[in-house]
Amino acid sequence: MHRIVRIASWIYALAVYGFIFLPVVVLVLFSLQSTSFPIPPFTGPSLRWYEAVLSDRRLTSALVNSLSVAVLSSATAVTLSFLSAWGFARFVLPGSGLLRGLITLPLTVSYLIIGMGLLVLFNWAGVPKSLLAAGIGHVVINLPLCFAIIYSQMGDHQINIERAARDLGAPEWKVLLLISVPVMAPAIFAGFFLSMTFSWDEFVISFLLTRFDTTLPVEIWNLLRSGLNPKTNAVGSLVFAVSIVLVVFFELTLLRRKPA
Amino acid sequence: MNSTGNSGRALPWALVTPALGWTLLFFVLPFVAMGFSSLTSHENGGFTLANYSQFFSNPSYWQAMVNSLQVTAIVTVVSVLLAYPFAWILAEQVPERWQRLALMLAVLPFWTSYVVRSYSWLLVLAQNGVINRALTGSGLISEPLQLANTRLATVTGFVHFFVMLLTLTIFANLKQLSPSYRKAAADLGAGPVRTFLHVILPLTLPGIMVGAFLTFVLCIGDYITPQILGGNNELLMPQLVMMQIGRRGDFPLASALSIILMAVVTIAYLACARWLKIERA
Repeated sequence: MHRIVRIASWIYALAVYGFIFLPVVVLVLFSLQSTSFPIPPFTGPSLRWYEAVLSDRRLTSALVNSLSVAVLSSATAVTLSFLSAWGFARFVLPGSGLLRGLITLPLTVSYLIIGMGLLVLFNWAGVPKSLLAAGIGHVVINLPLCFAIIYSQMGDHQINIERAARDLGAPEWKVLLLISVPVMAPAIFAGFFLSMTFSWDEFVISFLLTRFDTTLPVEIWNLLRSGLNPKTNAVGSLVFAVSIVLVVFFELTLLRRKPA
Repeated sequence: MNSTGNSGRALPWALVTPALGWTLLFFVLPFVAMGFSSLTSHENGGFTLANYSQFFSNPSYWQAMVNSLQVTAIVTVVSVLLAYPFAWILAEQVPERWQRLALMLAVLPFWTSYVVRSYSWLLVLAQNGVINRALTGSGLISEPLQLANTRLATVTGFVHFFVMLLTLTIFANLKQLSPSYRKAAADLGAGPVRTFLHVILPLTLPGIMVGAFLTFVLCIGDYITPQILGGNNELLMPQLVMMQIGRRGDFPLASALSIILMAVVTIAYLACARWLKIERA
């Protein structure tokens, strides 16, 4: 009986792993195709489509755009959420629960609707479509996430160090910058890297709120019009690789917290 | 807490105001704007309820909602059924020290964007893609199957994503169960099957519900997967919303449809919340 369960478990697990990895393997494998169609038989390996991506000005500038939007919007989201998490954790504020609920509310709404709302508002206020507009949207989706991570890590044991600093005469801004920020660094970095991944991969908000200068997922979307193309495989594989690097950073910052 | 005086009162507000302000300005206000917009006429800007009544009177709009609900229901059920045994195997059959790695591998493709993931599935399902080549090559079928641009493709793309998500949540749920439950059940004479059906499954049900609800919300609001994999053969709600903006620039109708979509999610949430409470009692 035990053996049967074990064997069945192995088969089932391998089948699910196969299902999960099938599209990724096909994507990466055929990005190395040497002919013009990313379909079997495999004719590579060749790096010509990666060269094609790197010499495509539209794609490289979209890549730079994506990175800048990701870095700036994540930095903004982390800063705003750290300040507010510190405020909520260290001081008694009237209606604190309700206000914290308000900050985390955007988590429950789909990106499409957040993007739609901003599009209607910006259209009405005369704000032109731009990377800045998309970045504002990315802060909206990442702020609640960073807040949840940082707020949940603000334990009471950190209060004592802050109190000690105050007793030694440190003004409030010094306590915040020299004590709380370093103590909370793992949560801050975790929030930052997670925001980076979400902003880096985000499509629909950027699609709705940018026009000529746009982000990489939107540019990939434009490539899809040309049908199946190994160049799309190559740029998709690159996007995936960057996401994995960001997730690894996120995991490492979270892991480093554990022994402390 | 530990600050007194006037500066102590101003400071906490100075800390929380930027985040609150951002949320009010770029989340709440857009929502209000969308609400107003949904009540205006696209033609002359006057007040009207037509955008909402259109949804109920136009059968093709109504059909998009039905399609969305059907696809979402299928995706949720299939994903839970696939993910639960997988999470169970990871939590129970895989040795403790390999579990972290096994789980990380299981959710690795989770971190690709919707666009890239959907495109990858298109490669797999295309007319001359991997699956059709394998099937015709092995002689199982003589003509390639129409797999892309179907509802099946949309569902496959979604299930792929949500199996990973649900594996994460159910795995966490199973690991939280104290082993003493299983010991107690065994001491009372229950075999592994009865222990699972009467102890493990009911205890993980609230977690499954949370995961299923998350699946529902993310699935019903996604535009990319149905657009890339399903094509335009049948429309889902997010595709209908985007069509109003793209082709006709009809913001009022797009706003009304978005609000209806959100209302459906809210109703699902209320139903889910009630169900969860009964479960806990």
